[in-house]
Amino acid sequence: MRAPAPAYAAHLNDATIDAARGALGASLQHAVAEVGEVKLYVDRESIVPALTALRDTPGLEYQQLMEIAGVDYPDRPERFEVVYCLLSLTRNHRLHVHVSTDDVKPVPSVTGIWPVAGWLEREIYDLYGVLFSGNADLRRILTDYGFRGHPLRKDFPMTGFVEMRYSEEEKRVVYQPVQLSQDFRNFDFQSPWEGAEYVLPGDEKGMLPEAKGAPTPLKADQIQKADAATAPVATPKAGSEPYAKTATTDAGQTGAGEPHGGNKAESKPGESDVVPTKGEGQNQ
Amino acid sequence: MSDYVSELMGVEDASDPTTGDVTIQNYTINFGPQHPAAHGVLRLVMELDGEIIERVDPHVGLLHRGTEKLIEYKTYAQAIPYFDRLDYCSPMCMEHTFVLAIEKLLDIEVPLRAQYLRVFFAELTRISNHMLNLGSHVMDVGAMTPNLWLFEIREDCYNFLERASGARMHHNYMRPGGVHQDVPLKLLTDIADWLDTRLPRLFEDAISLVADNRIFKQRNVDIATVSREDAIAWGFSGPMIRAAGIPWDLRKSQPYDVYDRMEFDIPVGTRGDCYDRFMVRVEEVRQSARIMKQCLRDMPEGPIASTDRKVVPPKRAEMKRSMEALIHHFKLYTEGYHVPAGEVYVATESPKGEFGVFLVSDGSNKPYRCKIRPTAFSHLQAMDFMSKGHMLADTTAILGAMDIVFGECDR
Repeated sequence: MRAPAPAYAAHLNDATIDAARGALGASLQHAVAEVGEVKLYVDRESIVPALTALRDTPGLEYQQLMEIAGVDYPDRPERFEVVYCLLSLTRNHRLHVHVSTDDVKPVPSVTGIWPVAGWLEREIYDLYGVLFSGNADLRRILTDYGFRGHPLRKDFPMTGFVEMRYSEEEKRVVYQPVQLSQDFRNFDFQSPWEGAEYVLPGDEKGMLPEAKGAPTPLKADQIQKADAATAPVATPKAGSEPYAKTATTDAGQTGAGEPHGGNKAESKPGESDVVPTKGEGQNQ
Repeated sequence: MSDYVSELMGVEDASDPTTGDVTIQNYTINFGPQHPAAHGVLRLVMELDGEIIERVDPHVGLLHRGTEKLIEYKTYAQAIPYFDRLDYCSPMCMEHTFVLAIEKLLDIEVPLRAQYLRVFFAELTRISNHMLNLGSHVMDVGAMTPNLWLFEIREDCYNFLERASGARMHHNYMRPGGVHQDVPLKLLTDIADWLDTRLPRLFEDAISLVADNRIFKQRNVDIATVSREDAIAWGFSGPMIRAAGIPWDLRKSQPYDVYDRMEFDIPVGTRGDCYDRFMVRVEEVRQSARIMKQCLRDMPEGPIASTDRKVVPPKRAEMKRSMEALIHHFKLYTEGYHVPAGEVYVATESPKGEFGVFLVSDGSNKPYRCKIRPTAFSHLQAMDFMSKGHMLADTTAILGAMDIVFGECDR
């Protein structure tokens, strides 16, 4: 991890996955650690026992439910994903638990485990229309009284359907259909050749992006692993400190230091397209 | 007269109603949405038994602006200003979280000076946030003077933040890979002077008026006590969980940027009441000043943003001479940078508690989903059990000690 993101006990990731496999059993579909974060995919029906186990099993001890996030993937058969972000105060570790559902299948409510889930579930119900069975108070929470629709769904337009104004004639607030004085502008800045779906032979050589922030088909996790493989072993204290140290032992950079080993094959980059990082990321 | 005396003596009482007495029903009132002590647009539907609160149903969402939906239609750089407008009392800390989340997905390095600058201004923002909260809490329970004095400090903070970023409130200062601009040396020396002279003088003066004040203690001690178990189950964070006696601070336990190089203490409460929450924040201000002094002492020279030109735009002077820099600038301000696909939940210690961003990227230049975890949501939800059995007038103290801002709660 080179970015200065919050450093919790990420070395526990693998042990956590093993412990979760043991505690959750068959209800755990899939567990993975990506970008330094543990993700567990759990059966919808068994979310309550699964989260109870995550809270109460010694060695897991996720005491706090910090957040429940909804995500909409319209292409999937079960389009909504509900993500529970848990935090362990004693082990200083975080993980997310993912559950998928659609707009009719209810997710069992976890208000019995954490009372804080009440509003978090209400919010997802409000914004996505996901139902939670067992939540005694499943009202809308963020949108207006009498609002219709679920605004964070991908098929809900950003401009909405109704707008509100104060009517001078009627002396009250009135709702009316949205009237845009100009068409909604959604700029697409992507180059047309970046959206290509096909892969030509030899494309895999250019798979690693030449720089951070460039378009790439790779996932964040793969890039991070590639970076970790090329990065020097000694990790600086603050996550990254490119200016604290200058590599004077590298003869190639300074002309001083240790003698040069000569022009050997292994000192050359394996892929001609892949330029190895010099120093600690200054020359990306 | 004799009737009155017999009633006083308890000869006639309500348990034995006579003609003319009526059965008293619980009373439901609206607190807000436009109430000066609600710190924004909060509507509390309260059920009262006389003056005792039986039930509180907070209605939030009156300031809902659809931030998360808007962010899905903006590039990453365009989304940063929305974070200033979430918790408009601590804008820098909101930006900080989002920027760290993007950096985690990009896996990009940040120069040391930029990390110091971020921590430095995040702590200045913490001071400014606590000035508003401490002052308004004191005013909600009846004292006027400390609020005015603390606002003077807050004004200083805004002046400093304006000198750094160009804007008083909505700074838009932090960027993935660093910060937007370097700060002039004079600003740093001015803040150093301010930390040594003006801040302690004004702050300790104002706090000395209330910290041991009898009336202030009567209004706050043992009001809305929260046990450790409740604090954990209700998802408390920040000063709320620390006041309950749990020494949990993300700056210490999960350090980001250069917090792992800083020396500071975590204040912890003993009773978990409103007074503890107040005093925890008071001590946090002193600790923030301590962190800022360490930043000033240790901050190295160097670049203030990553030199990765695919993420951080080039300097204006560079663009005058270099074609490549011009292209980079154009691409970054139209298309923006692409963030590789992945999901992260990044949480930082904002002045109000754990502020988190659950960021889902699909590899394009816009976030696929950006779920914001507000601190106020879980704290305000606990309002019902915290105020049960207290008096109506305690509501303002409880709300004031929660430190809620509706830009963040309603998003």
